[in-house]
Amino acid sequence: MVSAPSGSSGVHLPDTAGDLVKILVAGPFGVGKTTLIDSVSEIRPLHTEERLTEASAPTDDLDGVREKTTTTVAVDFGRISLPDGVVLYLFGAPGQARFRPLWDDLAHGALGALVLVDSRRVDASFDALELVEETGLPYAVAFNAFPDAPRHHTPAQLRAALDLEPATPMVTCDARDAASSLGALLALVQRLVDRHPSEPR
Amino acid sequence: MTGRRGGRPLVPAYLSTGGLAGPGRARLDRLSVLSAAPAPRPADLPAAQLALLDVLDGGSLTVVEAAALLRLPVSALQALAAALLDRELLLSRPPVPPAERFDPDLLKRVADGLRSLRQ
Repeated sequence: MVSAPSGSSGVHLPDTAGDLVKILVAGPFGVGKTTLIDSVSEIRPLHTEERLTEASAPTDDLDGVREKTTTTVAVDFGRISLPDGVVLYLFGAPGQARFRPLWDDLAHGALGALVLVDSRRVDASFDALELVEETGLPYAVAFNAFPDAPRHHTPAQLRAALDLEPATPMVTCDARDAASSLGALLALVQRLVDRHPSEPR
Repeated sequence: MTGRRGGRPLVPAYLSTGGLAGPGRARLDRLSVLSAAPAPRPADLPAAQLALLDVLDGGSLTVVEAAALLRLPVSALQALAAALLDRELLLSRPPVPPAERFDPDLLKRVADGLRSLRQ
């Protein structure tokens, strides 16, 4: 029996693990996706390296064939074992439109997405919001409370800035704080419970 | 999402599958649960496949967790797992029974669970 690589202990699934579900944590670079995932995850932060082959031109482009480029992006994820045998995974989803193929892969089977917004640069989250809407994932918006964030915006102003549907949950959270992050996730899941899913996605 | 942590993986991704182009069966989900089958390990097992069985020594892992621990892309891990499944050295199960996905009861269990952890 060969021992597992060092550092892998404590990562294995609990014996009680039953249903495994996932939620995407979406948003631009630096908005606090990794911070939020780490604050609630029971396992040490893990990530996978995802390779993307990006077509640098749309198919109907007439300028001729352009080179494809391959880039690597790290996707962080974490895990929360809930009572009752449910294990919830959180995946940090890059919010840029050019990561669309990776996004679709991550979104497959996801319950929904929590879109993180930095109120100092609201427009940086537009791409992520567009991606969740295009994917059809239910979502909630969480403003990550950075210390120097402007506080003079009313919720109505923020909703208008993001063009949110009235039913879309919008909360403020501190991604560094586990209870606060769990609250933001709960706002999303409660919305999923409340709406009556008339047809399976 | 952050930059790379740590250095190069021990086995380059393009070598880790031993030349397998892809899984010869339905693709494993990122959250498919893998566990080692209680079977003796053949002596001819490629190192990368052996490494996957090794990380499963202590218990079950999802595809994405095994990929992260072995520092392989998810696609490479899927190919490795498929090869081991074909030899019946590995067991796998889907994350959620297909009929249960987006089941109101499952969503309620997630909500109740999050609520209990927050307190």
